[in-house]
Amino acid sequence: MGAGHAHKLYRHAHSPVHALPPHTKLAAVFAFVVVVVSTPREAMWAFGLYAVLLGVVAAVARVPAGFLLRRLLIEIPFVAFAVLMPFVAQGERVEVLGMSLSVSGLWGAWNVLAKGTLGVAASVLLAATTELRELLLGLQRLKLPPLLVQIASFMIRYGDVIADEMRRMRIARESRGFEASGVRHWGVLAKSAGALFIRSYERGERVHLAMISRGYAGSMPVIDEVTASRAQWSYAFALPFAALVVCLLGWNL
Amino acid sequence: MHVPDGFINAPVSAVAGVVAAGAVAVSLRGARRELDERTAPLAGLVAAFIFAVQMLNFPVAAGTSGHLLGGALAAILVGPYTGVLCVSVVLLMQGILFADGGLTALGVNISVMAVVTVVVAYAVFRGLVKVLPKKRPSVTASAFIAALLSVPAAAAVFTLVYAVGGTTDVPIGSVLTAMVGVHTLIGMGEAAITALTVGAVIAVRPDLVYGARGLTAPLKLRVNGELVDAPAARPEPVAVAARSSRKFLLAGLGVSLLLAGVVSFYASADPDGLEKVAADKGIDAKAEDHAAADSPLADYGVEGLTNSRLSGGLAGVIGVGVTIVAGTGVFWAVRKRRTGEDCSPTSVPENV
Repeated sequence: MGAGHAHKLYRHAHSPVHALPPHTKLAAVFAFVVVVVSTPREAMWAFGLYAVLLGVVAAVARVPAGFLLRRLLIEIPFVAFAVLMPFVAQGERVEVLGMSLSVSGLWGAWNVLAKGTLGVAASVLLAATTELRELLLGLQRLKLPPLLVQIASFMIRYGDVIADEMRRMRIARESRGFEASGVRHWGVLAKSAGALFIRSYERGERVHLAMISRGYAGSMPVIDEVTASRAQWSYAFALPFAALVVCLLGWNL
Repeated sequence: MHVPDGFINAPVSAVAGVVAAGAVAVSLRGARRELDERTAPLAGLVAAFIFAVQMLNFPVAAGTSGHLLGGALAAILVGPYTGVLCVSVVLLMQGILFADGGLTALGVNISVMAVVTVVVAYAVFRGLVKVLPKKRPSVTASAFIAALLSVPAAAAVFTLVYAVGGTTDVPIGSVLTAMVGVHTLIGMGEAAITALTVGAVIAVRPDLVYGARGLTAPLKLRVNGELVDAPAARPEPVAVAARSSRKFLLAGLGVSLLLAGVVSFYASADPDGLEKVAADKGIDAKAEDHAAADSPLADYGVEGLTNSRLSGGLAGVIGVGVTIVAGTGVFWAVRKRRTGEDCSPTSVPENV
């Protein structure tokens, strides 16, 4: 199969987490993130426990720590924002290393960093253990509007095609000696974007005609209905339930 | 820039999620009306295009570069409903697949980056196109201004959401100034690129630009050396005009729905903000001394702390769940009613 069928974040393996039905994983990750977000930020240890829980899931899923940590780099822009918070927030201030920092700003920075990192880590684990097609089936099973799932599946299916088309246009530009170096060149790039839109739209029309000629009548046939047994649901929800216990402890202690 | 988890508190995120779900539901109906059964492949391909074009780097100066956000471009090229859908799907996939933007913040991300950007851009664009002369340059100029305004508008709405449900008490005035200031700069770039791209598409396939429909000159035939109007073989332009006015009404309905959502979100969020302050003060009172002894919070701080906190924690989690369930219920009810309404008016233009 071509590169378009397995996205870059997916790690092929055979583990109990990989084998879970996709919709249970999606629901479990969402529940986990909701629980994490509703935890009070003062309960620092709770976030440590959440990280341990995710670490256990990663170990069960055989996702190496290096892979997970590298994927976490995506949140760097927000780390930068979080670092700014203690300087601009109001309220009482404390002296740290000769700098006057806001206490609430420090809490806010910690809040965003801890919850954001845990959320990203959970999403990364989900993407690493679930294939694209499964993910879409899972979304469909979770009663997302079928049309939305279809649009998403077409976007995923043709995302690489369109990106490749853009890459070919770039190669064509560069092989003619074009080098974009400033605002003056925006016209050329925008023309490329316009051409890319026309190509995408026309490809969409062709895809639609091809679908009609194969009997498409507004809805995709569901060939493989994913189902989950009670055991699989409870297995998937072990993570959010453990997190819920930690969260309730966090509100109490 | 995508909002991560933990940036906006849970109740406001849930309300934003409901607003986003409603907007997406309305857009699904609207897009089906715009594109019929071609919706899935065409909207999917346009979403893929937006996803790809966000990777196209536009060099600014001295090694820095920016990229397109695409909301305004999508609104003008494929129409407001399809535009909202495409940007929402891009955000959904970025959230699930690339961990770009938190899952609980998905509602905030869709409301701000898909709905506000597209609706503002399209409303401004539509208004300007109606006012300006029906020429091709005026479409480009309208696209420029629409994109220019849409980005700071999204930044302002984000600041509003942050003011209601932000987890840090950063002074809102300075946040607003910084956000709108920075995003006006970003908006300039977005506007230039959007206008140039729309211009490039209009030059080649003007029929594809949704916002430029109705600008096509009537077909002329040269009969015996004289130009005569071609006989109106297709009654389609009339139908399009009739539909576009209805679309305008529907867009208004969408905006008012959104406003209703935002207003109700004020009503529900204000007590939350108070509660948040109250909780903070309660914690302060516990940590330092009973400074807030004369406030009604004193009881909360002094007695039954564990119990009230346990109930608070449970109530938080349950509350989020109930909000989601209630929101879904409303959404289904609205959807059902709309299906009933939609049947009669759509059949009219087909008979005409």
